[in-house]
Amino acid sequence: MGKIVIDPVTRIEGHLKIECTVENGVVKDARGTGNLFRGLELILRGRDPRDAQIIAQRICGVCPQSHGIAAALNLDSAFGIADKIPDNGRIIRNLIHGAHVAQDACLHFYHLAALDYVNVADVAKYEGNDSQLNSVKDFIARGELGPFMPRYEGDYRLPAAVNQQAVAHYVRALEIRRIGHEAVSIFSGKVPHSVGVVPGGVTSVPTVDNIMAYIWKIKILKDFIDNVYIPDVLAVAGAYLDYAAIGVGCKNLLSYGMYDLDGKSPDYATRDRLFKQGTISADLKPGTLDMNKIAEYVKHSWYEDSTSGLHPAHGDTKPQPGKNGAYTWTKAPRYDGKVYEVGAVARVAVTYAKGDPKMKELVDGALAKLKAKPSVLFSVLGRHLARALSAKYIADQLEGWALSLKPGEPCYTTYEIPDTAMGMGIIEGSRGALGHFIEIKDKKIANYQAVVPTTWNISPMDDMGQHGPIEQALIGTKVKDEKNPFEIVRIIRSFDPCLACSIHVVTPKGRELGQYRVV
Amino acid sequence: MVKEIPVVYLQAASCTGCAVSSLNTASPTIKNVLIDQIAPGVHINLRFHPVIMAAAGEMAIQVMEDTAKQKKGGYVFVVDGAVPMGANGVYGTVGERNGKPVSMLQRVTELARDALAVIALGTCASFGGIPAAKPNPTDCQPVSKVLAAKGIKKPLINIPGCPPHPDWFVGTIASILLKGLPTADDLDDFLRPKAFYGKLIHENCPRRASFDEGKFAKKLGDEGCLYEMGCKGPITYADCPLRKWNSGTNWVIGAGAPCNGCTQPEFPDQTSPFYEKLVDVELPVVGAYWAAKEAK
Repeated sequence: MGKIVIDPVTRIEGHLKIECTVENGVVKDARGTGNLFRGLELILRGRDPRDAQIIAQRICGVCPQSHGIAAALNLDSAFGIADKIPDNGRIIRNLIHGAHVAQDACLHFYHLAALDYVNVADVAKYEGNDSQLNSVKDFIARGELGPFMPRYEGDYRLPAAVNQQAVAHYVRALEIRRIGHEAVSIFSGKVPHSVGVVPGGVTSVPTVDNIMAYIWKIKILKDFIDNVYIPDVLAVAGAYLDYAAIGVGCKNLLSYGMYDLDGKSPDYATRDRLFKQGTISADLKPGTLDMNKIAEYVKHSWYEDSTSGLHPAHGDTKPQPGKNGAYTWTKAPRYDGKVYEVGAVARVAVTYAKGDPKMKELVDGALAKLKAKPSVLFSVLGRHLARALSAKYIADQLEGWALSLKPGEPCYTTYEIPDTAMGMGIIEGSRGALGHFIEIKDKKIANYQAVVPTTWNISPMDDMGQHGPIEQALIGTKVKDEKNPFEIVRIIRSFDPCLACSIHVVTPKGRELGQYRVV
Repeated sequence: MVKEIPVVYLQAASCTGCAVSSLNTASPTIKNVLIDQIAPGVHINLRFHPVIMAAAGEMAIQVMEDTAKQKKGGYVFVVDGAVPMGANGVYGTVGERNGKPVSMLQRVTELARDALAVIALGTCASFGGIPAAKPNPTDCQPVSKVLAAKGIKKPLINIPGCPPHPDWFVGTIASILLKGLPTADDLDDFLRPKAFYGKLIHENCPRRASFDEGKFAKKLGDEGCLYEMGCKGPITYADCPLRKWNSGTNWVIGAGAPCNGCTQPEFPDQTSPFYEKLVDVELPVVGAYWAAKEAK
């Protein structure tokens, strides 16, 4: 029995260690450990509830818009105005989050994932006239190759010409994600860590010129997604088709839905959203989202067993470091007692299974090109493909939404902060199902909890002995070369983990921590 | 012959917002910064950066440690995030040594000791920021405190902001490459480059005329000065109103929201509640706010 320890897992957000036990070249056990604890929910306590929107965004600098909007929905619900946000406010929130999610998918594929598939070194052989590629060729010739070398070696399969083109697209994608951020900032002020989304709506107002500026930036983003990003995902998929059966995971997917099409219902779990709320499993039949079915288990986490199985809105956190059989500070959220994966693949698959015609056309079209069945969505390739389709599906909507804004009409509604209230805000963040929960007492934050996408995906074993989604995706994987464990990092990165997000909710106390890894 | 400037970029208790903001640099682009000669005959050789580097695990840590050894005294060390010092640093670790996790505190200490200069990028690294906010559960401290506690005397530049504007970071690096390390005159009392943090937001705010005329917004989304909406522009040093964000597209007050003071050592505890009007400010001599506060 050997061990493969990867610490840090790079090209993700945050500090993650993965430890795999390997026997005869097959992963027998896998454990994920987050290596940073900040305690943001402790920091939120006692503050003015409105400040949650500013501070909760700082959970993550990669997906602050997602946290900002989840926090605003959470506060809207606590303040009793969830169904009173003016249409302009609802639409501008969608424009902010839509441009964010579309550019974030480009960032993930090119800048976080692609170096596992694309051989940058092939640019040394480039003979053409593309000035960008020739500048990369000069860079390689100078010989100082950080941050692109060293790397794992031995499994780069694309032809040289495709690798060269992919590097050109890597460079172009750097511009694209910047332009995507510019589009977000038109209505949100700045990115990362925006200010435009607030409880009650948004602070910015639509004008003809900012609507036009937004639309033309979105056209650039959309053109890249259609003509570069999706073709590149399909090209990589064609050369790495075995990854349609690698990293399969738990085959249960959960989506909270996102992009409110109508703000009239105060219930986020049932209101009309572009991406649908619900669940889906191996049979590809959609299930209805029921937030009451969520519970967090702690048998294998350093918390007292008496706190296991609670809904996050009523969660209790009693640390018990050194507890027998526990190995992490991350709790294990489960839906209906089962393990569920979250992410772009979940919102795409749920929307597809619910029969949305546009999503059916997108998914069926892409699968036909790969000559694959919908079941390949449960895989490394499936996650990358779904993320690209998720980006296209939202990018296609944004221009129409921007044109439906009504300059001169309100974007914001006033409210009173209640003495006592509970709130919940749920959306699909870039990385999947994101829930913020608040309890207000004496007009202050008494408790704030965020159950974030990566908490679901990197969760440990639960009370029933079921491994978390990433652990399940790793277990059973064949590793061809333990010195260059491509399979492991490709599986982990296909989930697009965000560790800063997942590790803010725990509450370790006391000096005895010194003996343990802190998650 | 191109001169290679090795850079090691470590993330401590951060959210990655500083790294994402840095990617947004517009001119030069991030591709220019990493691939091209950023100035004639000079190339920034970014050896370790967890968000973008190809290597993972031990291979990545090896690059970091080799750079510190082989380029001793010759590399620039950039830290984003505060440094958790509680319980001897166990709240945050980066990589392992002999099978044991190495704390961020240990990494910052070792890498700073052998660096040419240290850049604390973002408000967390500069002043503690969000993770150091009350009750500071992990005893997060700024890089300056770590250097002081460990007796390390290295040139230190703070580039605060939550996140910092990419120009503030790239501009500071460019200044080092073209002119050398900043002198004491180039930095303010908080070690911020005066070129970017020399004036109050309030001094250059396009809504300043409304302030002077007493025209104040009564709710978010209104025209007029955002002072009564909680704007911290009168006590915050940065050039946001002139430079604007995201390639000059917009900025906080441009989107109708109050400044939350994110470049200040006082962020977030003393610049919040973010939507409540500043207290104790003797207007219009707002620049004297912190001095007066300190005197008390």
